[in-house]
Amino acid sequence: MNTNLQMEERLWAYIDGHVSGTEKSGVEALIAEQAAWREKYQELLAMHSSLQLTELEEPSLRFSKNVMEEISRLQIAPATKTYINKKIVAGIGIFFISLLAAILIYGFSQMDFSSPGSAQIEITFEKIDISKFFNNTLINVFLMINVLLGLVLLDFYLSNKRNLYRKDTR
Amino acid sequence: MSAGLNDNELIEKVIRGDHQAYAGLVQRYQSYVFTLTLRMIKNREEAEEVAQDVFIKAYKYLADFRGEAKFSTWLYTIVNNTCISFLRKKKPTIHSLDDERVFLAADRSVNGNRQDSLEQKSVHAVLTEAILRLGHDDAEIITLFYKHEQTLDEISRILGVEVNTAKVRLHRARIRLKEKMETHYATEIKDLI
Repeated sequence: MNTNLQMEERLWAYIDGHVSGTEKSGVEALIAEQAAWREKYQELLAMHSSLQLTELEEPSLRFSKNVMEEISRLQIAPATKTYINKKIVAGIGIFFISLLAAILIYGFSQMDFSSPGSAQIEITFEKIDISKFFNNTLINVFLMINVLLGLVLLDFYLSNKRNLYRKDTR
Repeated sequence: MSAGLNDNELIEKVIRGDHQAYAGLVQRYQSYVFTLTLRMIKNREEAEEVAQDVFIKAYKYLADFRGEAKFSTWLYTIVNNTCISFLRKKKPTIHSLDDERVFLAADRSVNGNRQDSLEQKSVHAVLTEAILRLGHDDAEIITLFYKHEQTLDEISRILGVEVNTAKVRLHRARIRLKEKMETHYATEIKDLI
């Protein structure tokens, strides 16, 4: 089944002209040498030619008139680029960059770089009492809700992936 | 009057205020746009309404066409978006296309109530009906590739996907079309293939 699909894929690419020089000669050799490839090629080529020959559908005779009547009441909207002012966009950008720079400058100016002592900060982990935080019922409930939300999101993500896979293999 | 002008010249005239020049573009592309909407929506009346809507939208936003791509590619992007939003709104009433009753209703709306027997169907009719049995995305890509002379690169722009994705979708659409033909038109495809 897979070989058949691969054969079709290569033949379609060959018929559409989406193959490189080496692939083209490879497919040509297979068509010349193998009856199964030759038969499938003829089949796909016939379908390709027929699809090109299908006719276009014609709308009703009043179609063009209806459109022209509708547009006679309309104005062409100005091009998007004419009403998006680049100066305003640049101004917003400059404002946020200045804000970030000001916060950083203020932060660094508050730091005391001349403070003596070892660069290493001694932390005594034994002295940290996390039981105050994690014994709290509210925090436990909050954590449980987060875990639950995480599972719901994971389920949502996997369902989406499954639907996409089903659609692709339809 | 506008027959000798190319798309970009016509667009230029329309933007300068000659809105009658737009009729040239409508006449040039109405069959292409209608074929595409019909194959996606599968109902003649609704497809014609959507096709009109496409030309109205294209007129309204014509100033946004920058000429980087072909006008047809830009227009088919509007067709794609308009059809998809139409189908989304209509979704609750849509049934599976494998439902024979739904297909027969679509078939009647496309071809009228003609009584031609299966044996008398032309290759064109068989293929058109088989395309109508496909999902709208498969029908769209096949129509764009074969009837609208769009390259895979242009199709990828219209659909808003990568070129390789468009290539895979086209391949899968052709496989499904072949399956539909083998399932529903076994007798006819003996003559066709």
